[in-house]
Amino acid sequence: MSTSLKTRSPWVLRTGGGRISGRATPRAVVVCLVLALAAAAVSVVALATGEFHLSISEVLAALAGQGQGLAPTVVLQWRLPRVLMALLFGAALGISGGIFQSLTRNPLGSPDIIGFNSGAYTGALVVMLLAGGNYLQVAFGALAGGLATAMAVYLLAYRRGSHGFRLIIVGIGISAMLASVNHWIILKADLEAAMSAAVWGAGTLNGISWTQAAPAIVAVPLLIAAALFYSPRMRMLEMGDDAARALGVRAEPVRLVLLVLGVALTAAVTAAAGPIAFVALAAPQLARRLTGGAGIALVPAAFMGALVLAASDLAAQRLFSPVQLPVGVVTVCTGGLYLVWLLAREARKS
Amino acid sequence: MSPASVPATGHPPQPAAHSAAPDAPPAPSGPPAPPAPRTPRRRTLLAFLLLAAVLVLAGAVVLSLGVGAKFIPFSTVLEAFTHRQDTSDQAIIVANRLPRTLLGVVAGMALGAAGSLIQAVTRNPLADPGILGVNAGAAFAIVIAIGVFGVGSLPGYIWFAFAGAILTTAAVYLIGTSGRGGINPLRLTLSGVALGAVLTGIGSALMLVNPKAFDQMRAWNIGSLDGRTMDVVLTVLPFIAVGLLIAAACSRGLNAVALGDDVATSLGTSVAATRIWAVVAITLLAGGATAAVGAIGFVGLMVPHAARWITGPDQRWIMAFSVVLAPILLLVSDVLGRIAVPGELQVGIVTAFLGAPVLVALARRRKVAQL
Repeated sequence: MSTSLKTRSPWVLRTGGGRISGRATPRAVVVCLVLALAAAAVSVVALATGEFHLSISEVLAALAGQGQGLAPTVVLQWRLPRVLMALLFGAALGISGGIFQSLTRNPLGSPDIIGFNSGAYTGALVVMLLAGGNYLQVAFGALAGGLATAMAVYLLAYRRGSHGFRLIIVGIGISAMLASVNHWIILKADLEAAMSAAVWGAGTLNGISWTQAAPAIVAVPLLIAAALFYSPRMRMLEMGDDAARALGVRAEPVRLVLLVLGVALTAAVTAAAGPIAFVALAAPQLARRLTGGAGIALVPAAFMGALVLAASDLAAQRLFSPVQLPVGVVTVCTGGLYLVWLLAREARKS
Repeated sequence: MSPASVPATGHPPQPAAHSAAPDAPPAPSGPPAPPAPRTPRRRTLLAFLLLAAVLVLAGAVVLSLGVGAKFIPFSTVLEAFTHRQDTSDQAIIVANRLPRTLLGVVAGMALGAAGSLIQAVTRNPLADPGILGVNAGAAFAIVIAIGVFGVGSLPGYIWFAFAGAILTTAAVYLIGTSGRGGINPLRLTLSGVALGAVLTGIGSALMLVNPKAFDQMRAWNIGSLDGRTMDVVLTVLPFIAVGLLIAAACSRGLNAVALGDDVATSLGTSVAATRIWAVVAITLLAGGATAAVGAIGFVGLMVPHAARWITGPDQRWIMAFSVVLAPILLLVSDVLGRIAVPGELQVGIVTAFLGAPVLVALARRRKVAQL
C-alpha cells in the first residue's frame, strides 16, 4: 500500500485465521453507521405512530419490557412485526439487488432479470383469482411460480457456463411473456378482484403478524450471512471469469451459489409481502454513490435497503391515512426521488 | 464475457484503486470478436435479406387487411382500393382494418427504430424505448387525464399521453446531462429509471384509489391496435416520420460512438450532438407510438437484438432491419391475436409470446452479439 493512499487506506478485519475477513474504507463505515441510525430512528417513530398514539419514551419502555397498559401489546404484538419485516426485507432486497447487479455487471440488474418476480406474480394471480386462496396459499403460489421461472431462465441460459449477457436476454424474454400473462389475467378478472390483486402485485406489508413473519425471521438472516460470506468472491468475479479463476475463484459454481442466494432472498420477501418494487434496483446504486466506492458493496446496500423500505412503509401507512397504500407504490417514489436527487447533486459536483 | 467488452457496467471491473491485487488489469480474456467482414458480398447478402424482409412485411399487411373475425379474400381487399363499392366487406376494410394495419406499420417502425437507437445510445441490452421515461410519462399523464379531467376516450387522451412522454423525457434529459462532461449514458439511463419509477408510483397510487382509471389503465398497459381510427394514425404520423428521418441521420454517428467517446471524437464525430439527436428521435418515435397503441415495450426491446444477430454491429443495418422487422412482428401478432381466441387477444400479449421464444432461441444458438 503506497503512502499516498494512506489517508484513504481501508480498515481490515480478520478472524478465524483469515478465513473470514472484511475490508472497509472509513467513509463506508461512517455511511453504514449513519444509515443504521436513521433506520433505527424511523423504526421507533413507526412504532410510536398510528391510530393509538404513543410517546417515544413509552415505545422504548415497551421494547425494554417495562411498558404499562396497552403499550406493550400495541408495540410488541401489532407494530413490531411489521417494522422488523420492513427492516429485514429491505436489507434482503438490497443484498439481492447488489448480487444481481454484480453478476450481470449491469446497473439495471435486479432479481427481475431472472424473472423471479414476474413468475411469482403469475403464481399468486393464479392462486388469488382462479382458486381464491388465503395468505398461505398465495405465498406458496408466489414461491412456486417464482422458483419455476428462475429455474427455467437459468436452464435456458445455460450453455457451457451461464453467460451474463445470455442470462439477461433470456430473462428479458421469459419475463415479458409472464408479464403479458399477468396483464391478461388482470384484464380478464372482475374489477374489484383485479384491484386487490394489484395491491399484492405492488408489494404490501399490510396485516403482517408474528406468525406470518416467523419463516422470514429465520431464513433472511441466514441468507444474508451466506451472501456476505461469498461477497469477496463476488467482487473477484466482477473482474471477469478468467481473472477470477487466476485468483483462485471457481467461477461457475460461485456464480450459481450467488444466483441461488439472490433468488432465495427475493423469494423470502416476495412470498411474504409480494414483489416490492425498486428497492433491489435502487439500494445498491444509492449506497454506491454515498460510499464513493467502485463496484457493488453488499453491506451498505443492505443498510440502505432497510432504511428505504422502513421509511417507505411508514409513509405508506400515514400519508393518506386511513387509506393504507401498498408499500411498493411508495418505495418507487422515495427510491426514485432519492436517486434523482443524488444524480443531480453528482452532476453539480463534477 | 470478457470484461473489456462490457462497456455497460455501472462499476469498473477493478474493485478499487487500493485493492488486494493492484496489478490485476481488466485484461480481455481472449481476442475480441472480429468485426463483421465488410466485403461487397456481405453487403449484397444483407441487402437481399432486407428486401426479403420487406416482402414479408408486404405479405403481413395483406394478411392484416384480409384476416379477422370475418375472412375477406385477397381479391376483395384489392377491390376496396381500386373500385369503391358499398359492400360490407369493403366497409370493414376501409373503416377498421386499414387504420389498424397502417397503425401497426407506423408504430412498429417507430418502436423498432427507437429500440435500436436507445440500445446504441445507452449501450445497454436491457434498455427499451421506455427507459427514458416515455412509457411512465405517458401512463402518468393518462391517469391524470382520466382521474382529474375526466377524459374517457382514446382520442381525448392521445395528446395527454404524448405531452406526458415528451415532458418526462425532457426532464430525464436535463437531470441526466446537467453538469459538465456532456452526456453520460449511465447517468441518463439511471435518471430515466428513477424518474419513471416516481411517476409510476404516483400513477399507481392514484389508480388504486380510482377504479375508473384502473379499469382504463389495465387495457392501456397491454397495448392494442384495435379501435383506433384514421385520425389517430394521422395524429402521430408526422412526429414519427420526423423521428425516423433524424434516426437515419444519426445512425452513422452512433457507429463511431460505439468505438468509445475518445475514438469517436478523433474520427471527427461530435459525440454530444449525436446523442442529443438520438434522444430527440427516441422521444418522437416512442412517444408517438406509445400515445397511439399503448405501452408495447417488448417490440422495441427484442427486435434490435434479433436485428443485431442478423447484421453484426453496423448501426445503419441494425436500424434498417429493426424498422422492417418490428412492424412484421406487430402485424403478425395482431393477426394471430384476432384468430387465436374468440373475442380478441391484445397485440401486446401476442408479441411477447411470439417474440420471446425467438429471442431465447437466438440467445442459445448464435454466437452472442454484444453491444
